[in-house]
Amino acid sequence: MADVLVLAEHHESEIRKVTFELITAARGLGSPVVLWLGPGLGDTESAALASFGATKILLAESADVVDHPVAPGAEIVASLIASVQPAAVLVASSADGKEIAARAAIKSGCGIITDAVEIATDATATQSVFGGSTIVHSKVTHGTPIITIRPNSIAASESAATAVTEKISMVISDSAKRVSVTTRSVVEKGARPELAEADVVVSGGRGVGGAEGFEVIEALADSMSAAVGASRAATDAGWYPHQFQVGQTGKTVSPALYIANGISGAIQHRAGMQTSKVVIVVNKDPEAPIFELADYGVVGDLFTVVPQLTEEITKRK
Amino acid sequence: MKIAVCVKQVPDTWAEKKLRVDTSTLDRESADGVLNELDEYAVEQALQLVEAQGGEVVIVTMGPERASETLRKAISMGADAGIHIVDENLAGSDAVATSAVLAKVLTGRDFDLILFGSESTDARMSVIPAMVAERLDLAQVTFAQKMEVAGTTLTAERVTDYGFDTLTASLPAVVSVVEKINEPRYPSFKGIMAAKKKPVEIFSVTDLGLENALVGAGAAWSVVADFADRPPKAAGVVVTDDGAGGTAIADYLTTAKFI
Ligand SMILES: Cc1cc2nc3c(=O)[nH]c(=O)nc-3n(C[C@H](O)[C@H](O)[C@H](O)COP(=O)(O)OP(=O)(O)OC[C@H]3O[C@@H](n4cnc5c(N)ncnc54)[C@H](O)[C@@H]3O)c2cc1C
Repeated sequence: MADVLVLAEHHESEIRKVTFELITAARGLGSPVVLWLGPGLGDTESAALASFGATKILLAESADVVDHPVAPGAEIVASLIASVQPAAVLVASSADGKEIAARAAIKSGCGIITDAVEIATDATATQSVFGGSTIVHSKVTHGTPIITIRPNSIAASESAATAVTEKISMVISDSAKRVSVTTRSVVEKGARPELAEADVVVSGGRGVGGAEGFEVIEALADSMSAAVGASRAATDAGWYPHQFQVGQTGKTVSPALYIANGISGAIQHRAGMQTSKVVIVVNKDPEAPIFELADYGVVGDLFTVVPQLTEEITKRK
Repeated sequence: MKIAVCVKQVPDTWAEKKLRVDTSTLDRESADGVLNELDEYAVEQALQLVEAQGGEVVIVTMGPERASETLRKAISMGADAGIHIVDENLAGSDAVATSAVLAKVLTGRDFDLILFGSESTDARMSVIPAMVAERLDLAQVTFAQKMEVAGTTLTAERVTDYGFDTLTASLPAVVSVVEKINEPRYPSFKGIMAAKKKPVEIFSVTDLGLENALVGAGAAWSVVADFADRPPKAAGVVVTDDGAGGTAIADYLTTAKFI
């Protein structure tokens, strides 16, 4: 069976859920070989990767991949495309993932497809475009298919394998080190799940009225172990940190459940949440366009509806 | 400082977007073409840098004849000149070919900075800046929410999934900016009038020394096999809160097994 190269998405030793989704998708195409860039891979992490089907882990520990963004990763992926000759390369649709994929595609002369939500066994990718209104099937016709996959699109499933770890020591070229990271600012996300990979997202918009208003949103989120999202109106006003913005210029989410509170449903917001499986809306304006997406909507004041919902959920659990 | 800003004409964000049945490419005729709104932030950033430090801003676009309106619109914000690569052979080009054309036209012009918006609102791939940086072998500083240039040193904050990274690089560099970076100006009447007289260079694919066979739909390294409208979602239930709206949602969530 051909190898399928999977670029692990992780933050130090914390493996992002999308990595397991990528490995699951890779199993449909061949045998998953995981590339781990940077530090953080210990026995626990290796075991976790193997439990989803990784047959080999390639470890590129070089500090260069941490100190310099994107370009060193692309250089390693391109060299592995040549040496491993994988049937496909699967990468997460994160900012780094897409750019590593893009540069590796140019280096290796390979076609690239971004934001796939499904992959068939012949590497045909399904994409959901124009805010989810059109479903496209595409195929790479030149070189090794490089495909980036949107988090939360493919259900990860375990399938135990034995993974051997192989260290790769590659000399990173000077031109891949033109940009240096001087400091890293990590915004605390607290105990809540990561926005892009959460099963449930509870969002607040301008209707929340202020930073204090987000306590109501957070309480609902915590009652369902959900992530909190926000519209741009709310992040621009400084009511909630930018990292939590959902939409065109924020995160794209496709949770099983999305609860939009006090959000009108501007096209730029929808672009980031339209592929959510079930959408619940609370808005006091019956004409708000977000109701078009609602599986269930309540026209009402979020400050009465949301606390009542939180209380009900807590009661029923 | 000499700055290029690459911009794209896209269908109006508010218009419904469709793929053409014959070519599986975006139907650009059916919607108004506008300047990709995220590119406006890149134009603004370039103008601010040149206003503070002196220099020149050149707007670059690849697109059909009518993309010239978009080019003029971007110039009317205050830029000095334009470059338009227009050629029917380009129709249906993928990101790989687009980046090749842009890289070629940008080569040998001594730009200190090449700016992009973080994505186009139609294709939404966010890969062209990285591809152009790769092809030109330049520093890549993308998703910048803040940037400063002091002499030949560029410092910027790159938005990450976890917060942001502060990056430094030496010019020349390829930079993409996110919309948090500034507030784009509206073209002034004076700017609109002046834009009509600003020089615009026009190139075909072969003018650039590239082969037609390397661009366009036929040369794409990925193809659309088929596409379809997503089956319309069944209309949901909308109720007016009668004092038990929260409980009603909880009932819905219980039935749907979320609780
Ligand atoms: C380049 C660009 C990029 C953008 N990117 C994004 C993006 O990534 N994400 C994004 O979200 N937006 C984005 N936008 C902005 C977008 O166009 C909208 O302005 C924004 O989404 C509006 O946010 P909102 O729905 O919270 O606010 P509004 O549109 O003001 O809506 C507020 C809603 O709250 C309701 N409301 C008010 N009070 C209450 C109450 N007490 N109870 C219940 N309902 C109440 C109102 O009826 C209204 O429907 C972008 C815009 C541009 C130009």
